[in-house]
This record gives sequence, C-alpha cells and structure tokens, in this order.
Amino acid sequence: MTDIERTDVIVIGSGFGGAIPAYRLAAGGARVVVLERGPWLSAEDFDHDFRFGSAGTRAFEFTMGDGMNVLGGNCVGGGSVVYFAAMPRAPRFTFERRGGIGRPLWPGAVTRDTLDPWYDIVADALPISRNDWSDVTFSGGLFAAACAHAGRTANPVPAAVDRSTCVNCNWMMSGCRFDAKRSLLLNYIPAAVRHGADIRPLHEVQRLSRTADGGYRVHYDTVDEVDYRVVTGGGVLEAPVVIVAAGAAATPVILQRSEEELGAMPAAVGRYFSGNGERLNTAIVNEQRVREVLGLDRGDGRAYEAYQIGKGPVCASWDRLDGTLPEFHRHSLEQLYFPPGFGTILAQAPDATGPSWFGLEKKEILRRWQSWLTVFIMSEDDNEGVFGPPPPTGNAERISQQMLSRGPLSYRPTANTRAGWERADADVRDILERDGLSRVMPWSNDVIGAYTVHPLASCRIGDDPEISALDDRHELRGHPGVFVTDGSAVPAGLTVNPAFTIAALAERAVPGIVATLAERGVPVRYVTEAPGHAVSSRRPDRLAV
Amino acid sequence: MLDIAADLDASQVMTLEAYADTIIPGERRGPGDRAVAGAATGGGAVTSGALDLMLSPEGGLAGMLDSLAAGLDDHATGYARRTGRTLDPAVPPFVALPFPDRTALVATLTAPDCEEQEMWVALAMFSVMAWDTGAADHTTEALAAGHPGLTQMGFAGPDPDGLWRFPSYSYGRVLAPVHPMTTPLGDPA
Repeated sequence: MTDIERTDVIVIGSGFGGAIPAYRLAAGGARVVVLERGPWLSAEDFDHDFRFGSAGTRAFEFTMGDGMNVLGGNCVGGGSVVYFAAMPRAPRFTFERRGGIGRPLWPGAVTRDTLDPWYDIVADALPISRNDWSDVTFSGGLFAAACAHAGRTANPVPAAVDRSTCVNCNWMMSGCRFDAKRSLLLNYIPAAVRHGADIRPLHEVQRLSRTADGGYRVHYDTVDEVDYRVVTGGGVLEAPVVIVAAGAAATPVILQRSEEELGAMPAAVGRYFSGNGERLNTAIVNEQRVREVLGLDRGDGRAYEAYQIGKGPVCASWDRLDGTLPEFHRHSLEQLYFPPGFGTILAQAPDATGPSWFGLEKKEILRRWQSWLTVFIMSEDDNEGVFGPPPPTGNAERISQQMLSRGPLSYRPTANTRAGWERADADVRDILERDGLSRVMPWSNDVIGAYTVHPLASCRIGDDPEISALDDRHELRGHPGVFVTDGSAVPAGLTVNPAFTIAALAERAVPGIVATLAERGVPVRYVTEAPGHAVSSRRPDRLAV
Repeated sequence: MLDIAADLDASQVMTLEAYADTIIPGERRGPGDRAVAGAATGGGAVTSGALDLMLSPEGGLAGMLDSLAAGLDDHATGYARRTGRTLDPAVPPFVALPFPDRTALVATLTAPDCEEQEMWVALAMFSVMAWDTGAADHTTEALAAGHPGLTQMGFAGPDPDGLWRFPSYSYGRVLAPVHPMTTPLGDPA
C-alpha cells in the first residue's frame, strides 16, 4: 500500500461546497486535491451554441429520476459555471422551518443572524452586487411592471454578475463567454490553485473506504473528456480528512456506495431530498395589452418581444416571503429565462383542446417564443426525495455521451408541497393574467415529474440525529473526518436561490474542518483573506490529470 | 431516404419522422411525403433535423431507434384494431394513421400511466430540441441556413463574430416599488 498517493485533504467536487474549503485550506497550508467529475472549461470554451457536444452539454448534467429530475453543473466550478448568478440571502423565517414533521429542520446554531457574517465574506469574494433598475432587463421589467399593476412589490435581485462587461446575451447557462458572470473560476478556484491546490477534472469518485489509522481512501475513475460513459482509468487517494461536495444529487450516492466498507451511514443520507419547492410557469404575453396596460415600450416600436435578451433572472416578487404566513404558504416568484430545449419542452399551451405540451397548439406558442415570460417559483416543499440503491458507477446511469442520465432519486410530492405549488401558481396568474396581460400555464409535471435546478438536503445538517446526517459542523455522524459542505447539507428549501446560502455555509464550515485537521495531525491555519478577483477564467497550465 | 439514416431502413425512418412530426408538426416536404402529415404551416421537427439528432452519436438514442420504430408501429397496429381503422399497407402502421390519431396515440404513450412513458418522452424531447435548438448543427450555421424552428421562433442572430450581444436590454426606469423589508444590500429581510 506504499504506492497509494497521500494528501492532507481530498475534496470531492469543485462547486461552491468544494471550491471554498479547497481555497481556505490550501491557503492555510494544507495539501489539497480536488477531484471533479466534469471537465475544466473556461471562457474560451463557453461557446454560444446549442449543438450537442458544445459547452452546454459538456458542463451540464440532467439526471432523470422517478418523479424528480435534477439539472446541475458538471465541470470545474460546478453549479457556479452554469448558474444564473442570482444571489439573494435566505429570509430569516426559513431558518425556523419545521416542515411537515413539525420539528426544527435547521441546527439551532444557524440563523440568519449567525450566517450573515459568512454571507458577507462570500459577497466580497465573488463579488455579489445590488442591481438597480437600469440593470433590469426587458423581461424583468415587464414582470416588475405587472407586479406593480397588481398592487405588488418587485425587487431587482442581487447578482454575481459584472454589469460593466455583461452583454445580456442570455447564454450564461452554458458558462459565460465574457467572464462577466462571477463564477468560482474567477475567485476561489484560481486562488486555491495559487496556493497549491491540485484540481483534477474528469475524476469521478465512486466510494470511500477507511485506512487503518482512521483516515480515508477515495476511489475514483477517470472518464473520457468527450464521452463521459467511457472510463479511462482510475486510482486511489488517501487523506485524514475528506470533504464531500459532489452536489445533492451525487453526494449521498457516493456515501451510500461506501457503506459496505465504511459501515452504516446515518439514516438521513440519501433521504429528505428537497427540490427547493421549484416549479415554472410560462406566460404568453399579449404585446398589445403590455403596451396599453403597462405603458411599456422598448423605444423601437416593440412593447416587449424580448424573451431572448438578458442575464437570466433579474427581478423577483418577495411579497410572499412573509414569516407571519404558515409554512407552505411562502414562496418567491422570480422572472427567469430558460433557453430553448429544456426551457420549452414542459411549457404548456393555454386553453389547449388537444395535448398541451406537444403538437399543433404547442407549436403555436413556440412561434410566439419572444413573447414568453417565464416565472420561477421557489416554495417550501416537504423534503420528500429518497435515493434508492446506487447505480454501478457515478450517481446515475449515463444515457448520452454527456448531460443525460438516469439516477436513483424518487420523489412523491406531499399534499403540503402540492398545495404550495398551487398557491404559487395562483399568485403568478393573479399578477400576469390581470387585465389580459398574458395567459399563464405551469410547466407540466405529467411528462417527467417534478424538476429542480437547486437540489438540496439529501445529506443535511441538523441537531436531531434522526433527521440529519451531519452535525452542525457538517461532519458526517459516525464517520469523523468526513465533511459534507454542498447543497446536500442545506436542510430544506429556502424559498430563494440557494447558491449564496450553500456558499455561506461552506465558509462557516471551514474553521471546524481546520480544527479536525489539527486533531488529525495536520496543522493548518484558518485564513481569512479574500481569494481575490481574477480577470480571466483561463485555465492554469499546470494540470495533473 | 436520408444519408444520415444509413443504419435504419426507409420504413423505420418514416415511422420516426412521423413521430417527430406529431410532436412538432410541419408542412410536407413534397407531394409524396407520407411521414410528415402536413398538419401545420412552416417546417416542423422533421425538416429541423429531428432524425439527425436522434441518430447523433452524442445523443445516445441511436442504438435503440430500431426498436422504438418497431414499438411505435406495434402500438399503431393495436390502436387501429381498437378504433376500427384500416391502415394503408403501403406505409408503416404509424405513418398510416391520420394526424389526429397519431396525436391521440402519442398522448397515451407519453402519459404518466404508460409503462413506456420514459422512452417515448425521450424521443419527444429530441424532436422538440431539433425544432427549437437545431442541436444537430452549430447554431450559427443552423440560423444562416434558415433553420425552420429557430426561424419561426424569431430567435435573434449573433454578431458577425458568432457571439450574441444585446446592447439594448432595459426599459431603464423604476417599474415597481421594492419590498418594504428589503435590506440595504438588496436582500430579503
């Protein structure tokens, strides 16, 4: 066993949950290896192209499940590369959620007040900035004007986008060609590399096992850079501390597969998955009514016809983020762009006499695509998701060379979740159908079930061992030295975009990991310096594949 | 019929084209076109490259297309028997169904209570993507060639360097009151 490579910390995954501790620990003197399943792409790779094999399919993973489908990042930088960069803090009430089981879901140590300093650190690091109305795109403006017309408020959403270089191309789900979106490729990841972290793309971790001295071995396959179904090799790494941050659709699968050698996992590993209560509605806008009722004009004779233009979600309705409302009555509504393909298939034609999601009437609404307005609901679901037995490798069986796979997650929405969706749907209609502004339909859940771009809670923190897999330091119960710092650690749906909260929790977890490293004979300083801002996401030349 | 369909026979290609045309219908390619029902104006999924996409090595569906075509024709035969339709033996059974019957059959195959739902939905996804993304080709080339779906959607084109930019993007004025509890940083309280 002398030929097994050893390091101080192995980080599985390079999204917010992985890149943040990788930087902090490397800067503090630890030897850090990051194993990332996807490729390492940067701005020059982020082509504006729908073709299979372009950045859009290389960097994404669409994992189909039974009743729940997860869209997430699959590249160095993880979700930060493909996200829309909307970065609101979670409202105060969310940390007091009790869910359908009526028990506190969050650890007592985590509240909005205790998390705010960690949010501040992330906000400076990315950075995140307030948007003002001159940044709000036509689609965000239309949504805001409709909210105002309905007697409601609407907020420009804080975002990790450099407004001075953004060109409003709306290709950001395929990565940002212009490095305007502040992904992790522009801050934590280059800083981690600068401090010696070894980031290894196309390394798919399969399982963990234990060493005789209480450390861990991480077993991985390497995969082909074009056809991710093809295994090109594999290996083993050893370290006293492992950080699992493979994303909420993969972290529990790796841990479940490790159970045979590591021993029993906490019951909450692979349970309590939340899709962040997500759901989409598409409005087909009546251009004439937009002009007449809302007085909107682009200055070129068009009232709207601008679905394609923008930078994802920029405007949100937070009227129902009201802590005095009961659970499952609270949600945010966010104007959103979703590109063709994934962004159209589930949209339904209003008033359809035949099938609503395909066929003649669907084609008619597709022809009016520039007059679409998509509204993203983030509500409170009931943590219904459960992972079945792990597939042979990875977190899912791959169907396509890239992007499309089928995983073991099942999800049956409870009456609470369904009622929350219905209330939110009604809220969207109340705003957007008023005075004939548009016709609105929710995306169909009959075709593939529910879906989320923000998978959460499948290996969550908490105070109660019965319903949480991690303690409030993010350490896996019963397996000291294993930490989970990605979206799977977030206990429940947040009613807002979760990336900022995932990042803040990862920052908050670092001092505890530093302490554990010290206990395990690896002296590491806790470093508070910001990672700094790179001007280019260009990939460093030093690669160890 | 199509060079790219070298691994499928003409009958299988027709059946799969008829399926794609049921998902996003279009006008016929010519007077002898049986696969495309001609139920809608403008090009549909078939002329947008649905077969190219289904057959692409990247997509992962190519290996099961022959069994999907066979399955579709079996279902069409059963549908015709149940509904008393007589099918023209000159074309595959699914192609022989009139457009409303193709639609009705596809609705049952893609319904939540159909055991085969997942595979028919996958085939539908590729059909939709062919029309609204032209994913068998580079997007700039598809647009330049007048791709039927992207064109009918009004998908705006790129700058000369092949990248999209929208210099005009905002109404540029306050359009709603912000939530009274918004924090100084712009977050929910």
